[in-house]
Amino acid sequence: MKAEETLDCVGLYCPMPIVHTAKKMKELKTGQVLEILSDDEGIKEDMPNWCKTTGNGFLGIEEEHGVYRVFVKKSK
Amino acid sequence: MANKEKMTLIVYSGEMDKALAAFNLAIGGASSGMEVTMFFTFWGLDVIKRSEGGIKSKGIMRKMLNFVDRGGAKRLPLSRFHMLGMGKWMMKQLMDDINFPQVQDLIALAKELGVEFVACTTSMGMTGISKDAFIPEVDTFAGVATYLARARESKINLFV
Repeated sequence: MKAEETLDCVGLYCPMPIVHTAKKMKELKTGQVLEILSDDEGIKEDMPNWCKTTGNGFLGIEEEHGVYRVFVKKSK
Repeated sequence: MANKEKMTLIVYSGEMDKALAAFNLAIGGASSGMEVTMFFTFWGLDVIKRSEGGIKSKGIMRKMLNFVDRGGAKRLPLSRFHMLGMGKWMMKQLMDDINFPQVQDLIALAKELGVEFVACTTSMGMTGISKDAFIPEVDTFAGVATYLARARESKINLFV
């Protein structure tokens, strides 16, 4: 999956990936995709739920060697 | 967004682990687009007392109380296994190990995200401390009516 920006949250635990994602999303334009890297397993549930709460688009998760790559689309 | 969802937290406890839980929730709420108010009361006032300098109070009993319970984000004990500070020291090492912020860092982050801090004036009166005992991040000094006004409009309300 292609993303306009990447946010590295490896080594950070809840709520920090969400905090950084929320901040980063403010810099993006509507329709752009942000890729978030995290090694906190909770991100698999947290990011879809954060998207649901904030109304952003959850595009999917890929896992590579214990690092999750999460794709989120700015919807508004 | 004109009508943001609201979240309120009562921070009653003055222990580090409980403060961490409260700030985690508040910061998570603020990062999810919610308008968050934290109402600090009773021992919870310790969390938002300034760490530097002395704290003035009147009367021998209140002076004693504020001496044994100085407060300040960096001084909060653990609710379990404090062990005269040894347990807290160990907990701090574990937190550093996973890059987890300290209470004072979470206070700064919560403010940056627009979380409102309210200090309970009844608890202040009881312990004999004034506004200058607190960190400048405190927005409002008020009582139960202010808390209720925020809470009745909020979807999430927690007591820590």
